[in-house]
Amino acid sequence: MIALNGITKRFGAHTVFDNIDLELEQGEIIVIIGPSGTGKSTLLRCINYLEAPDAGRLTVGDLSLDARHATRREILALRRRTAFVFQNYALFANKTALDNICEGMIVVDGLPKAQAHARGREILERIGLADKADAYPASLSGGQQQRVGIGRAMAAKAEVILFDEPTSALDPEWVDEVLALMKQLALERQTMIVVSHEMQFAREVADRVVFMDDGRIIEQGPPDELFTNPQDERTQRFLRKVLAHNPA
Amino acid sequence: MHVLDLDYMLGLLPILLSYLPLTLEMAAAGMVAALILACLLAVVRVQRMPGLNALAMLFISFFRGTPLLVQLFLFYYGLPQVLTFLVAINGITATILGLTLHFSAYMAESIRAAIVGVDRSQTEAALSIGMTQGQLMRRIVLPQATRVATPTLMNYFIDMIKATSLAFTLGVTELMGATQKEAASSFLYFEAFLMVAIIYWIVVEILSWLQRRMEKRLNRAYQR
Repeated sequence: MIALNGITKRFGAHTVFDNIDLELEQGEIIVIIGPSGTGKSTLLRCINYLEAPDAGRLTVGDLSLDARHATRREILALRRRTAFVFQNYALFANKTALDNICEGMIVVDGLPKAQAHARGREILERIGLADKADAYPASLSGGQQQRVGIGRAMAAKAEVILFDEPTSALDPEWVDEVLALMKQLALERQTMIVVSHEMQFAREVADRVVFMDDGRIIEQGPPDELFTNPQDERTQRFLRKVLAHNPA
Repeated sequence: MHVLDLDYMLGLLPILLSYLPLTLEMAAAGMVAALILACLLAVVRVQRMPGLNALAMLFISFFRGTPLLVQLFLFYYGLPQVLTFLVAINGITATILGLTLHFSAYMAESIRAAIVGVDRSQTEAALSIGMTQGQLMRRIVLPQATRVATPTLMNYFIDMIKATSLAFTLGVTELMGATQKEAASSFLYFEAFLMVAIIYWIVVEILSWLQRRMEKRLNRAYQR
């Protein structure tokens, strides 16, 4: 189980969000939608402590910590139970596709190199890049880089994979292959929290869609309900605007 | 006007070349020591270690802000009057010390810039998979910073080789000092200094060639 209780984040005097609660069951897939600048990405980054929350409690599997007083060891433990997929891929530029995927297994999990490489090649197979094992990120397309980014997250065997707008930086031609890979993970019931503007994806894949605005969770529910019958006026306005451009 | 005395120059070549090892040794020793000191200074600056950061900035400012020749005279002729245990310092040691301090100040800034220049999102990616700060530095940041800093550091090494010629002002008979002595006894100043210029030039050209090869190797991962 993943739980956020009373998570609060401020930047100086500005409160990004205050007292956020969110819970997921294992295998659940939620997509967070909402206008830009409402703290969706920051919330996601708080879950693995890329941003330090100012208050609240984070629970991931058997680990539960007071977000404000987390020790270094707790933070490392938290990061080992979560994995992150970045908007701009953030692959290690000095490492091949295979080494990007294996880096965590070798350095963090302490797996022997041969074993890590065997698993790494399985993952490359699953993300459809078996022939790119020795390619460096600079020689891969955006879509391929993001698939390696997802492969790196899969290698972590995390309780939850956090996706921060994984297709926003992609040229339109590469979006489908990344979404297809995410759907495949969803079918395998990988627990995921996805911040995205891909309404179609949210509708097809999410168990629950969460609408955030102005640092608050305004409304949440199964995609069919939320998309067809939004209760809050802000949700209605947002969906009207978005679906006009990007029908779900 | 006299014609260039080629025979004299050719005869001078083996004599001068026998001093080349000392020149290269001083530069190599200075380079190794300067690299270590520069890395320490760079880390202090990048991490903004309280207190130490201000000291590092003062150090860098002083050694970049004053001429190398002045620094060498200060260490060799000046400091032993104040710190008497330094009286025994010889010209070679003083030169290496001067080169180390002077060039470490410049190198620290290029290493710092190279570290800071590594894409911040890769740092986050490394942290997100649970790496420690040390692992992140060793495996992700430093290898990439090395690639960025290497051409500049090689340039400083080349500068340092040329700067060893200042050691002759501290009475060290290295390549330049030896040339000076030879010229003074033969009065063939033009031939002697032309010869030594050619030797420096060839050494530097060899290093530039090595530098280009190294850059090619280091850039392998970044070709499209």
